[in-house]
Amino acid sequence: MSKKVENVGCPYCGVCCDDLVVTVSDDGKKILEVENACAIGNQIFHHATGGERVRLPRLRQPDGTYKDISYDEAIDYAANVLYKAKKPLIYGFGSTNCEGMAAAAKVAEKAGAVLDNCASICHGSSFLAMFDNGYPSCTLGETKNRADVIVYWGANPAHAHPRHMSRYSIFPRGFFTGKGHKSRKIIVVDPRHTDTAQVADIYLQVQQGHDYELFDAFRAVVRGHEIPDVVAGIRREQIVEVADILKKARFGTIFYGMGLCHSDGRNHNVDIAISLTRDLNDFTKWTIMAMRGHYNITGPGAVWSWQYGYPYCLDLTKRDIAHMNPGETSSIDLAMRDEVDAFINIGTDAGAHFPIDAVKHLRKHPWITIDPNICMASEISDLHIPVGIVGVEVPGIVYRMDNVPIQYRKVIDPPEGVISDEEVFERIHKRLCELEAEEVAKEPVKAAPEGVRVGE
Amino acid sequence: MANRITLNMITQRSIEEGVAMEKGKTTPEYFEACSIIEMHDDDVRALGLVPNQLVRVTSECGSVVVKTVRGRQSLYPGLAFIPQGVWANQVVPPRTQATGEPQYSGFPVTVEPVNGERRKSALELVQGAVGLWRGDQ
Repeated sequence: MSKKVENVGCPYCGVCCDDLVVTVSDDGKKILEVENACAIGNQIFHHATGGERVRLPRLRQPDGTYKDISYDEAIDYAANVLYKAKKPLIYGFGSTNCEGMAAAAKVAEKAGAVLDNCASICHGSSFLAMFDNGYPSCTLGETKNRADVIVYWGANPAHAHPRHMSRYSIFPRGFFTGKGHKSRKIIVVDPRHTDTAQVADIYLQVQQGHDYELFDAFRAVVRGHEIPDVVAGIRREQIVEVADILKKARFGTIFYGMGLCHSDGRNHNVDIAISLTRDLNDFTKWTIMAMRGHYNITGPGAVWSWQYGYPYCLDLTKRDIAHMNPGETSSIDLAMRDEVDAFINIGTDAGAHFPIDAVKHLRKHPWITIDPNICMASEISDLHIPVGIVGVEVPGIVYRMDNVPIQYRKVIDPPEGVISDEEVFERIHKRLCELEAEEVAKEPVKAAPEGVRVGE
Repeated sequence: MANRITLNMITQRSIEEGVAMEKGKTTPEYFEACSIIEMHDDDVRALGLVPNQLVRVTSECGSVVVKTVRGRQSLYPGLAFIPQGVWANQVVPPRTQATGEPQYSGFPVTVEPVNGERRKSALELVQGAVGLWRGDQ
């Protein structure tokens, strides 16, 4: 008889929906139905048992084809690549659990690697702005229960976080927001009239790349200053109208996305968004939150900050002395300057999501992909190590976009013999230790200096 | 009618791309979701394009052939959109303003109609870029 597993966490986006109900076949091997998930989350679960999975590591052969090898051989290959490299880069981690991230950090420290995560090309700018200007944020639960004004700025949750609006921001009825969307004002700021803009009460079509000016105009109006007739494509009257709504809110949250982080200005756009939030707190309660992408891209920031003091772009080439300097120690910049000589892609797909120039630079050196699926990174690798899918086949801790940790569960077993990210990194670490010990054993035993007797 | 126009390119997630990505990046769904470009009607008319016509998009660092589609999410004139993914990243400049983040949004591209060319598959583009494409996949 089929079995229903309730309160399942979704391994897609930073909303981390934890109300999924997954029906598993009576033999426990097939996912039959997924309830409550969005279209993308649904696809992740069905894909796990719906198609062909890679069940053994694959090593690139001289003719360009892949050959299946054992996990032991794969671990040995990966450890040797890391051991021989002067400055390897281990990048990704958006789609794995915190246990895997901690294990990978052990490997990075042992190998003297640079350790980076997808925030590097996503919300890294947000970290830089937070370091400079703080982060007056809240939990998604507080937004749901208190917020009567919601701003989405440079974010399109209708496509990128499909249940964000229904679970936390626009539609749900919370403790102090019993009328749901009827009692909320929704403001969307975006150069595109997105599907999110369709549900807005007020839509501001900001000129692309001019967000900073518009934030500046809002700050000026909120503080009682004059502004020009038009700023960033938006009329003064509309800016004044929206500023008034912001000031009169009971509780507001600004959710912002890649529109700020990927455009000219980067961290400065986020910085001024935080400043506007701070200004608004002179009048009422306002909060701000980054729309984090992967379901556990908040995880490495939490795990590595605890371990090393930095959330991303960690240079561990001096082993236990970490430093972080985006622009210098960030994956894309390292790649474009040809500063790394080995690359491990884990829990993401740099092959598809890095600019192709960066891919070309990285591929000059050994490239290893650790991922459950066939992706662009796996198809250009020297070695592809398949792993279980976190949240479907592997349990573990993940951090939601508001930094709330959630224990994910597994609903089925991984394909026979397939191991987890955490186990892969633990075994690579063990093998690295062995290689180090072998190297020490090869060194000649130091003779006692002449004239000194043993034991003296 | 212009032979080519210069537009401001942005690239972000679409839900079609998200669903197709989880199904697999070698699937026809991913190909159709990502190898497309959306523009304002004025810009489409300026180039004399018909629906589904192929265009070449060229930036400071590369070029790619994609299909013109009329998107549900409208843009203003001068702005163009390719969903995030393999095709967009053929033209995304890797410059990061010292933050680590490439210029995914807000970079100039020229767009021109092409004849006798085809959209390449994701594998052909990525494996081809690193010398691994064998032409039989």
